[in-house]
Amino acid sequence: MKGYNFAYLDDQTKRMIRRGLLKAVAIPGHQVPFGSREMPLPYGWGTGGIQVTASILGAGDVLKVIDQGADDTTNAVSIRRFFARTAGVATTTATAEATVIQTRHRIPEKQLREDQIIVYQVPQPEPLSRLEPSRIETKRMHGLADYGLMHVKLYEDISRFGQVSISYDYPVMVNERYLMSPSPIPAFDNPKMDMMPALQLFGAGREKRIYAIPPWTRVKSLDFDDHPFRTINAPHPCGLCGATDSYLDEVVTDNHGGRLFVCSDTDHCSERRAAGHVGTDGFQEAAE
Amino acid sequence: MTEPTLLSGRGLGLSFGGITALADVDVDLWPGEMLAIVGESGSGKTTLLNVLSGRLTPDTGVVWYRDPNGQLHDVHAMPAPALRTLHRSDWGFVHQDPRQNLRMTVSAGGNVGERLMAQGARHYGDIRAAALDWLAQVEIDADRIDDLPRTFSGGMLQRLQIARTLVTHPRLVFMDEPTGGLDVSVQARLLDLIRSLVTRLQIAVVLVTHDIAVARLLAHRIAVMQRGRIVETGLTDQVLDDPRHPYTQLLVSSVLNA
Repeated sequence: MKGYNFAYLDDQTKRMIRRGLLKAVAIPGHQVPFGSREMPLPYGWGTGGIQVTASILGAGDVLKVIDQGADDTTNAVSIRRFFARTAGVATTTATAEATVIQTRHRIPEKQLREDQIIVYQVPQPEPLSRLEPSRIETKRMHGLADYGLMHVKLYEDISRFGQVSISYDYPVMVNERYLMSPSPIPAFDNPKMDMMPALQLFGAGREKRIYAIPPWTRVKSLDFDDHPFRTINAPHPCGLCGATDSYLDEVVTDNHGGRLFVCSDTDHCSERRAAGHVGTDGFQEAAE
Repeated sequence: MTEPTLLSGRGLGLSFGGITALADVDVDLWPGEMLAIVGESGSGKTTLLNVLSGRLTPDTGVVWYRDPNGQLHDVHAMPAPALRTLHRSDWGFVHQDPRQNLRMTVSAGGNVGERLMAQGARHYGDIRAAALDWLAQVEIDADRIDDLPRTFSGGMLQRLQIARTLVTHPRLVFMDEPTGGLDVSVQARLLDLIRSLVTRLQIAVVLVTHDIAVARLLAHRIAVMQRGRIVETGLTDQVLDDPRHPYTQLLVSSVLNA
């Protein structure tokens, strides 16, 4: 696009962000500060993710952007179009075809490969922020690997509710060293981070932090020996494609309590339907 | 005494600008012993406590701590992680205001369990059992385990703080006016509790207090401070019954039935 640098950001900024990324990859799970720029979208819409994507994007890359698992929501569509215009890269909605995937709130159901990079949009990079308001103190806790406080939170949940009540942004230990926020993905997706073949990058624009998980790194969700980590999902098959192993969204369909459970990963769902899988509400969908 | 000391301060000095808070202070503490530091307010008691526990760095002097293996450590030259580990395992600190130490938004059980979890305890059932055991030891009803500290009375908060501190079986506990701000009957019960726990668990204690009666009741030895110096030190009964330094005499005579 004329008048713009490739992928919007100027070279100096990209260079600064790449330096941060290198450091982040070298210290898995450690938050690296960076000079976050104003981007042409509001904070909370993925300013961190978009800057990371802009600085790693090359002319030959194929970009996929997902928002809550869907490729067709406002955020996903605008960011995809933004890079299509400013970088001229190819875009896709198919997980398997993408080389760079920017995501908000989900990890695709399809297993990622070594030649792919997934970029997470992160609102709050500090996993201890709700427990310890002081940044100085949390930095010290990270430095000394002093994470008893996070377990106090889990203890409180179990004593109050009988189970850990964190359903998204479930804290993880990366490479047995750093406590990390996985961004607000559902706890259901946490196991996918463990030993993932793809490089995982995290950008928090407002909080000005970058962190990363290199490929094939151990990522463990915090738990107690007698209360092991477990994922929670709606006990239904997908209404459209019949999948029983994917993360489901609950969609209210009318005012009489009618609801539909569908895959939150739209690409996964449509791929399954194309392959002939049909759920209980599938015909309805085909008739529309 | 031939037994090696647990904690020794030598030639400690610290001034805040023109104010001398500590001057040439020597302190020794033996394992299982309770040492009271008394003096009027502003005499440097709390400063001394903070210096001994490594929370404040002195201008001059050194504090030695002997770990369970007999190894001596210069408290102020220790790397920060080691000092922090010490503070949450081998040592404890009981504040005058329990709110400084407790997490007010975390239940009583969570408060007691935090030090265990910080040390790597990862079994919920065990942590819960330890918390129940310690609540019983400090005479808090077991059914209060999931209550928030803000629903507790002042005396209960102080007892909860003690349970939270002692749960890791520290060898050395620093106490800063543990009975301050409590009414007399609650004070008496708390003193009783501290004395029985400390004796049973063989914990060494450095106790800062302005209340000579508290020192008399708890301490084996006593050190009297005035203007940042220790003016008199000795066995508690000896010092209080037969004070030699004029300031100690004044202090003792100003208290009824001390």
